[in-house]
Amino acid sequence: MNNLFVICEIDNGKVADVSLELLTKGRSLANDLKCDLEALVIGHKLDGIESQLYLYGTDTVWIADDSRLDPYTTLPFSSIIVKLFQEQKPQIALLGASSYGRDLGPHVSSALSSGLTADCTSLEIGDHEDKKNSKTYKGLLYQIRPAFGGNIIATIINPDHRPQMATVREGVMKKEIYSETYKGKVIKIDVNQYVKPEDFVVKVIERHMEESKVNVKNASIIVSGGYGVGSKENFDLLFQLADVIGAEVGASRAAVDAGYANHDRQIGQTGVTVRPKLYIACGISGQIQHIAGMQESAMIISINNDPSAPITSIADYVITGNLEDVIPRMIKYYKKNTK
Amino acid sequence: MKEFKIIVLAKQVPDTRNVGKDAMKADGTVNRAALPAIFNPEDLNALEQALRIKDKDSSATVTLLSMGPGRAAEVIREGLYRGADSGYLLTDRAFAGADTLATSYALSCAIRKIKKFDLIIAGRQAIDGDTAQVGPQVAQKLGLPQITYVEEIVEVAKNKVIVKRRLERGVEMVECPLPAVITVNSSAPECRPRNAKLIMKYKHAATLTERQDSSEDYITIYNDRPFLNIEEWSVTDIETVVDQLGLSGSPTKVKKIENIVFQAKEAKIVTADDTGINDLMKELIENHTLG
Repeated sequence: MNNLFVICEIDNGKVADVSLELLTKGRSLANDLKCDLEALVIGHKLDGIESQLYLYGTDTVWIADDSRLDPYTTLPFSSIIVKLFQEQKPQIALLGASSYGRDLGPHVSSALSSGLTADCTSLEIGDHEDKKNSKTYKGLLYQIRPAFGGNIIATIINPDHRPQMATVREGVMKKEIYSETYKGKVIKIDVNQYVKPEDFVVKVIERHMEESKVNVKNASIIVSGGYGVGSKENFDLLFQLADVIGAEVGASRAAVDAGYANHDRQIGQTGVTVRPKLYIACGISGQIQHIAGMQESAMIISINNDPSAPITSIADYVITGNLEDVIPRMIKYYKKNTK
Repeated sequence: MKEFKIIVLAKQVPDTRNVGKDAMKADGTVNRAALPAIFNPEDLNALEQALRIKDKDSSATVTLLSMGPGRAAEVIREGLYRGADSGYLLTDRAFAGADTLATSYALSCAIRKIKKFDLIIAGRQAIDGDTAQVGPQVAQKLGLPQITYVEEIVEVAKNKVIVKRRLERGVEMVECPLPAVITVNSSAPECRPRNAKLIMKYKHAATLTERQDSSEDYITIYNDRPFLNIEEWSVTDIETVVDQLGLSGSPTKVKKIENIVFQAKEAKIVTADDTGINDLMKELIENHTLG
């Protein structure tokens, strides 16, 4: 009772990375709160899935397995979670801020009238003093996220409603095996007790999913472009440099919104979080929402024609100039010095 | 033929994409006055999907519903200029301070009052919060199926829709019975521009509050042309449980707001000329950052 739940997303029979990252974070929060970590998995053909989850310190794995639960649709998943939470009364429930978690989370939180904070960049346990009602709350979940287009950082709490729910983007938390020998228990959910026939009115009639070819998250070098790149054509310069130095191309939200790059390259609070050994920021001004997703890069080079752009404050090297001049020179001198 | 009624949820938001240096006050709070208020971009994508249904089906009507301060009537006018038929503005101090749950509750009460509808379309998320929660929560409160991340409404039949969802790594075609709630991504087609004829027709469209200061003979045009009325609802016009509204109806509370100050590093300045770039590339190769 009153444990910490992670609602796990299944991708091709495997637990999604974002869910494992949340279990890692969830384990440490559960240790702080001295409660159990529980994982909930909903889908089909989930035999043996628990072995992937124990590694991350999961005490209890709840499994709802039914042929009607693959592919995902909102209503049956929501019904299962809502009923299980009404029975189990978790204090915290976390899910990935993927299209899955962002579709499912709000539906569940509305049904339970609990609070939900989207796209948190940090989760901590802390106390809260409500001076107006002279009430003290112990061990609340601090849900920390940039807000207002990334111009401020807000700490959100849900003092009086349970579970305290939050979503977190892939890559924000680190995935770390807790123990190779950790063993929890499995509880199978009797799906028919939890869903109604009318939960299945929405039908997925066709599905084309591809393995993403772009892998910004795991790249060790990233050449990333912002609105300052100026055009889709200029973005080709970044691809040329990336090609030569063996990097992946990333983009800020402003560049994606402007149509210069595809969404799967977006870095920042509403994209992926990256920790490469080298991050080359081209024409990126450095809004908090972007910096939140790349500030842990081991080395940052900023190329910008505005020497006072905010990104220069976190950069290791600052090159003031036009990309059209600087990038071809980088390519030229990289080639020359590696010969 | 039966009318096909579409409700489009639209929010007026500060344009957080164009934040200037004066957007933050010295005390670290947001200077809203320095930010222009705009029609939330993905709500415009939603409006376009609604207008496309209307293009094909002359029985379809598009009604906008917005919640916000009095000046949010601007987004309703903006929608009328682009082809919507009518609009409702939900405005009351009782709604202030609402988180997504209390917002969804108020909107769902207003939709219940509108009563007749076949489809509700909203943008996936608003740029001031980026939560993507209001669409699904409205669906839940109304007991309707939801389809989020929609790029295109492919087909509207009598009692169902077929839509294309754009997800992280692919697309999904989904069939859903009506009525339903759909939220639309920015990958959907952009909204059509304002139409000159519609600007002429609706430029005097206003809420009762906006008309209060108008002269007597001006008022008569609203009696002659009722389509110029933007219906304004306060908390007393819709059926609600008051403690589920506004701040008191919001489970989430803001504990703290801060301006992030980054640990400034001593950056090395590299000149953009041949020597500077040559030296930099040499250094990066030698310390094994590159190559």
